[in-house]
Amino acid sequence: MSKRHLLALYGNFDEAEAVVQELRNTSIKGFDVNEDMIVKSPIEHPEVEKFLGDKPVYVQWFTLIGALLGGSLGFLGISSAQANFFMQMKGGKPIVPLPPNFVLTYELFILGGVYITVLGFLICAGLPAKRSPLYNAKVSVDNIGILVKGDESVISTLKAIFTKHKALEIQEEAGK
Amino acid sequence: MKDIREDIAWAKINQDVMKSLENPRKIYWVILFFAVLMFAVGIGCEVYQYQVGMGVANLDNPHVWGLYIATFIFWIGMSHSGTLLSAILHLMHADWRKPIYRFAEAMTTFSLMTAGLFVMVHLGRLWQFYYAVPYPNERWVWPNFQSPLLWDAMAIFTYLSSSVLFLFVGMIPDLAIARDNLQSGWRKKLYTLLALGWEGTDRQWRNFRVTYLTIACFLIPLAVSVHSIVASDFGMSQQPGWHVTSFPPYFVAGALYSGCAAIITLFIILRYVFKFEEYMTLPILKKIVRLTFAIAMVWTYLNCVEFASVWYSHDGVSKDLLIQKMTGPYAPFWWAMIFCGSVVPFVFAIKRFQTHIPVLFATSLLLNLGMWLERWMIVAPTFSHGYYPWTWDHDQWPSMIQWGIVFGSFGWFTLLFMVFCKVFPSVSMYEVKEMVYHRTLHLKKNEIGETAEQGAH
Repeated sequence: MSKRHLLALYGNFDEAEAVVQELRNTSIKGFDVNEDMIVKSPIEHPEVEKFLGDKPVYVQWFTLIGALLGGSLGFLGISSAQANFFMQMKGGKPIVPLPPNFVLTYELFILGGVYITVLGFLICAGLPAKRSPLYNAKVSVDNIGILVKGDESVISTLKAIFTKHKALEIQEEAGK
Repeated sequence: MKDIREDIAWAKINQDVMKSLENPRKIYWVILFFAVLMFAVGIGCEVYQYQVGMGVANLDNPHVWGLYIATFIFWIGMSHSGTLLSAILHLMHADWRKPIYRFAEAMTTFSLMTAGLFVMVHLGRLWQFYYAVPYPNERWVWPNFQSPLLWDAMAIFTYLSSSVLFLFVGMIPDLAIARDNLQSGWRKKLYTLLALGWEGTDRQWRNFRVTYLTIACFLIPLAVSVHSIVASDFGMSQQPGWHVTSFPPYFVAGALYSGCAAIITLFIILRYVFKFEEYMTLPILKKIVRLTFAIAMVWTYLNCVEFASVWYSHDGVSKDLLIQKMTGPYAPFWWAMIFCGSVVPFVFAIKRFQTHIPVLFATSLLLNLGMWLERWMIVAPTFSHGYYPWTWDHDQWPSMIQWGIVFGSFGWFTLLFMVFCKVFPSVSMYEVKEMVYHRTLHLKKNEIGETAEQGAH
């Protein structure tokens, strides 16, 4: 069965939280609150994460891999260049001197960490993204949006919950 | 006094900041015109130097660096405060950073871009810059990885690219706001492209928070390393006046100092030009002023440490150089540095001047003059009073070409900065909303607490 989208806008976080709680507590067939609901807000708001429940973030793993790769590849790259640099007179000094190489390794550690963190962010946040089926510019002003998708049969139930909690506006995707 | 009013409507925040992109005061165009003019002077001087040779810059042995490297350090220093302070204050959850960090980060980016130019300019033969770039080549010639100059190139590249990413990531939600507020035109297309389809979903915010925090954590040690490495350009040599153990912290403190002074200058300019009086408030300015004063005292202390360690050491040549700085041909500039860097900041200690815009503006300019002189006093006197007696009568006054290029660099920086502020939101809209929201919550909690207390009595 095809799924349809519904977007409800609220004026504050308390109302949005109440809706999410009710959606969680009410068992609606054809609607999975973890999969079928997205909360959109104009500001970063840790409370949203609290009432949505624990959802893992994997960006830090990208950071770790990026930093380790940056540092180790940087050190290897520099060392192999030094080992190949036959024209430089070493005069008994080490071919691969560790203290100066540490400085460059440190910089490349950070470089790798930052670059791959940003890459991880784009992947984990799903960016660049296409505009979602229902979008309202008021979310970037001061409204909190709750976007849900569900079977045709549950749309009216979801709409009733939104209306009960005094949604400022409800947008509905046209039926297919 | 409140950092920001808690009754500002979120829609008004969007409107005010978006209006600044379209409709600044007329003085914006005057500043832009002078910036272009200054930049043109710099370009003219550079073209002339390129055509005729480095002789026109009056650079010769022993003065091989002149104003170019002094100004390079100045711009690197200027870059320091923006991203570093933004990252530190972010980690410390200092809310007052929110209306001002965007332009401070932009300042970092453009200062670094300006500093990079001087590395090229001082080479004379610009095209030979690629010798400094490590890449496999058929001659098997690599740059010397043990040289602080190469570390410097790497550190600056890392800092510049990381700062740009930090600035960009932090701006994505605002770019989405800008996208949503415009109907059509090139701006709409630009913001749509750069906003990457941001919609403020819980998934996006969750990952955004961790990413921003992580980059901030990386940037703090990075920023410290950048200026420590610039200090190593000097400290690792054997030259008198440069071979000083305290140089890295001295450079980092100096960089923070000049960066903070620049933030005050730009704060005052932006506040007026873009009509940001409601967001760049006097209590926030007061906090920056106090911070700058504290850093000024650290810088002064480190100066004293440097002078004392030279004075009480058995290094006669370094001691001679110090005396030469105080009494020789560079003495007026050296004392001007001390006056501007260590005496003038006491203006910030006087309470009624901490929010006095004209006084703060003039003082911040003087501080930056002092910090520029500091960099010149690091570079030039050592060259004219080194180990070799033949250098001792080689005092050098920079030619007009050098001054012209330095002058032009200020035009280039101003041009980039003002164009940025006209194209991108220079006040973070979503974070100002957060600030307002947190203040409102705080007030509500206090009211509930007071009511409960009264009820108990």
